[in-house]
Amino acid sequence: MSASMMLFAAAIVPTMESMSAIASGATTTPIAALIGTPIAAAHGAPELFVLFGHLLMLSLLAVGGALAVVPDVRRVMVTSMGLLTDAQFNASVAIAQAAPGPNVLFVAALGYQAAGFAGAAVALFGILLPSSTLAYAVARWGHARRNWRPVRAFQAGMAPIVVALVFGTGWTVAAQALDWRALVLAAVIALVAWRTKVHVVVLISGGAVAGALGWI
Amino acid sequence: MQTRQPLARPESLGEMFWAFTFLALQGFGGVLAVSQRMLCERKRWLSHKQDVAALALAQVLPGPNVCNLALIVGDRFFGWRGAFTALAALMAAPLVLVLAITVAYAHYSHVPMVAGAIKGIGAVSAGLIVATGLKLLPALHENTMRLPACLLFGGATFIAVALMGWPLIGVLFGIGLIACAYAWLRISAAERALTQTEQS
Repeated sequence: MSASMMLFAAAIVPTMESMSAIASGATTTPIAALIGTPIAAAHGAPELFVLFGHLLMLSLLAVGGALAVVPDVRRVMVTSMGLLTDAQFNASVAIAQAAPGPNVLFVAALGYQAAGFAGAAVALFGILLPSSTLAYAVARWGHARRNWRPVRAFQAGMAPIVVALVFGTGWTVAAQALDWRALVLAAVIALVAWRTKVHVVVLISGGAVAGALGWI
Repeated sequence: MQTRQPLARPESLGEMFWAFTFLALQGFGGVLAVSQRMLCERKRWLSHKQDVAALALAQVLPGPNVCNLALIVGDRFFGWRGAFTALAALMAAPLVLVLAITVAYAHYSHVPMVAGAIKGIGAVSAGLIVATGLKLLPALHENTMRLPACLLFGGATFIAVALMGWPLIGVLFGIGLIACAYAWLRISAAERALTQTEQS
């Protein structure tokens, strides 16, 4: 988890020092390469098949969410299969984090870079199919037995842990900013979102504008 | 803070599809914060207690937490069709956006304003996630383990995961198992007390 957050921090939340690096085009190269990759020609169906198998297995190991498997997906796609460069990998994770929607979409971005739209579809189905089937089956099983003591003990016992994990995620995302102004903004937003009904889109747009104007 | 209105149900698969589409599109840096707003506060499909219970299941099971949550909530109201609809709605629009943003970002990533805006969005999403945690806290008052025990297990989890950076699977099986065992004892004790009152 923390490794993926650092990836994110390194790739998309530039410090003042790395801003100039971005301006000079150092980090635009991998993304430009991403767009320009001669996709389907580069990697054939056998690789796609192997990748699908790996993702099916990783899906069942993704306890705690999609970002938990980032290091292992990197090991498979970059180190062992050589489908992507490290830079391409980092760009995918950063883009999925910056965009709205589930973070698991970083897997689709990776698949797209490796083998175009077919790659995106294969990767997304691979990472989602086993875990979704399991979640569906277990949810039905648990709901039918919701008054059964082990199920009640599980729900009561896990509740404080789940709440703590939500705080933990907030802490991790805030800590990567490494900047007191960003931390103050995060704290103010936490209070506003907790105590008022201001729309999320308003808060996000406000943050985007404040950041774009260089206040953060 | 929390109004006590009765819970509602989604009227159709279409309503559920659009709710999850909007929810997904608002989820910058994590859909979890928005899901609570949409499901508990705006739509009133779940109580905070039900939300925490569904989240507990969604987080312990492997796979993306929000996707699991969508499957669980969708199934609750419309069976497998609901589960499929909620998951598809959660993924479809953001998937298109992720691929589109990849192209746009490649063109404009050298602009400092774009990098700044993304940093601002990151700070806001951190705040939103913390607010989600604050709103889930009242649900712990109803917990059978009582508040001090909840704070103990929650605090230990936060320290292990956020501050120490320990692997989640070990924390879930370690602290989780102890917490569930303690909850089991509390439920057993409560049921024994109940039968004794009935007998006397």
